[in-house]
Amino acid sequence: MTEEPTGRLPRAFTTPGTSSFVDFLASHSPAMLPGGRPLPHGDVPASPRATTIVAATFDGGVVMAGDRRATMGSMIANREIEKVFAADEYSAVGIAGSAGIALELVRLFQLELEHYEKIEGTLLSLDGKANRLSTMIRGNLALAMQGLAVVPLFAGYDLAAHVGRIFSYDVTGGRYEELEHHSVGSGSVFARGALKKLWRPGLDAAAAVRVAVESLVDAADDDSATGGPDTVRKIWPVVATIGATGFRRVPDAELEETVDAILASRTEQSRVARASHAPRHGGDLL
Amino acid sequence: MPFYVSPEQLMKDRADYARKGIARGRSVVVAAYEGGIAFATENPSRALHKISEIYDRIAFAAVGKYNEFENLRVAGVRYADLRGFSYDRADVNARGLANAYAQTLGTVFTTESKPLEVELIVAEVGRTAAQDQIYRLSYDGSVADEHGAVVIGGQSEQLGEVLGDGWRPDLSLAEVLALVRRVLATPATGDEADASPREISPASLEVAILDRDRPRRAFKRLAGPALDELLDAQGVQR
Repeated sequence: MTEEPTGRLPRAFTTPGTSSFVDFLASHSPAMLPGGRPLPHGDVPASPRATTIVAATFDGGVVMAGDRRATMGSMIANREIEKVFAADEYSAVGIAGSAGIALELVRLFQLELEHYEKIEGTLLSLDGKANRLSTMIRGNLALAMQGLAVVPLFAGYDLAAHVGRIFSYDVTGGRYEELEHHSVGSGSVFARGALKKLWRPGLDAAAAVRVAVESLVDAADDDSATGGPDTVRKIWPVVATIGATGFRRVPDAELEETVDAILASRTEQSRVARASHAPRHGGDLL
Repeated sequence: MPFYVSPEQLMKDRADYARKGIARGRSVVVAAYEGGIAFATENPSRALHKISEIYDRIAFAAVGKYNEFENLRVAGVRYADLRGFSYDRADVNARGLANAYAQTLGTVFTTESKPLEVELIVAEVGRTAAQDQIYRLSYDGSVADEHGAVVIGGQSEQLGEVLGDGWRPDLSLAEVLALVRRVLATPATGDEADASPREISPASLEVAILDRDRPRRAFKRLAGPALDELLDAQGVQR
């Protein structure tokens, strides 16, 4: 940071022009941006990775959910990490990829939206927010080439069109609008399969929450880097709905009910199935 | 032809110049109430604000030249956001911002050809009324730590007396808004002594509050029906 000898606010602060905090940082102290630091040579040591995020639209909004696991190689680095955040009052961002960089990017993105709102006195449009995120991902390309890629999923309520919308990204900053549902991260292959079968048009918020959680349960079933609901420690996925009334994080008590209902129906099916081939594994489960 | 101007004269001229510019505009009133801090001014524009949000619990109010205080406001938002990003949201406070503003105003006053024709308030709402901070900054960089209620700009001395007479720390929001409206309606000096108060319609008022009980961002603008309701509240002594 360049300091003024008199102690007054540096010139960059009083230079009019930009309403973007990222642009301001780029001109004032670029080293504070994730993509603004010079990269040393060599390979990056093992670092935590965040995994599966799902999002699905419903009537009057959109739901986003993320599991709670971060992995480092074959080890579980964190079992309570949160990967779904309110970007502002009407949008949410979920992250997959290099956890450290992704969390920094989320903080910067939240601040970017708030900064714009304070300076301009109005909210960015949903497309505007999605494009800002795109620019920020693109700024991270050098890090992505070192293996520190961040792939977010962005969802929000469009105040002009009155619908929930979902945007996915690639590491180069490409932005793609998803019309029904989407998933990113290591468990996304399985989560997408589940979403295709479970999601249907005209869901309400509660049903969409169940679909999102169930697709994470499916992802955790087949992907070792995705954590399932932990009924022992009572760790549930982070689930948020965004509608006309804004961002709402689904409380733990509601999630516990949803998870219990999903697990109960799966337990029942699994008992019936196991009973049918009991002779082959030495008895049915009770 | 070089000529000599004494430093006293130079500073006095600059101060007079700035003071004149500031006195031309309408006053801004800042007053604490039981649930936070209220800000109000007469401002017919809905878009060009004199009162705005700086950070979670910090607000900014200004009088004087719009382009100059708008510039300082943006600088304040950048200062606060940068600080909150480098450290933590809890580490952004009004005192640091008031200091940065004071240094800026002071430097411009002594080194540049024209002083900034602005007067600012930086206010932070605390968890309790005792932790509230209100700083008043003048064109020359001087800072005053105000308690409870203050008027800047326009006929600030005269209006300050009216405000001081009516203000108590335990006023409700409706009561404080009624008081503030009465203060802003005070007729200017120079009119006859018995001049009646001016009529101020809610539509020409810009009102905002720092609400102590809001969880994160305490700043909230009051306009339209919400403001009308508060101004028309029954049982409030006018």
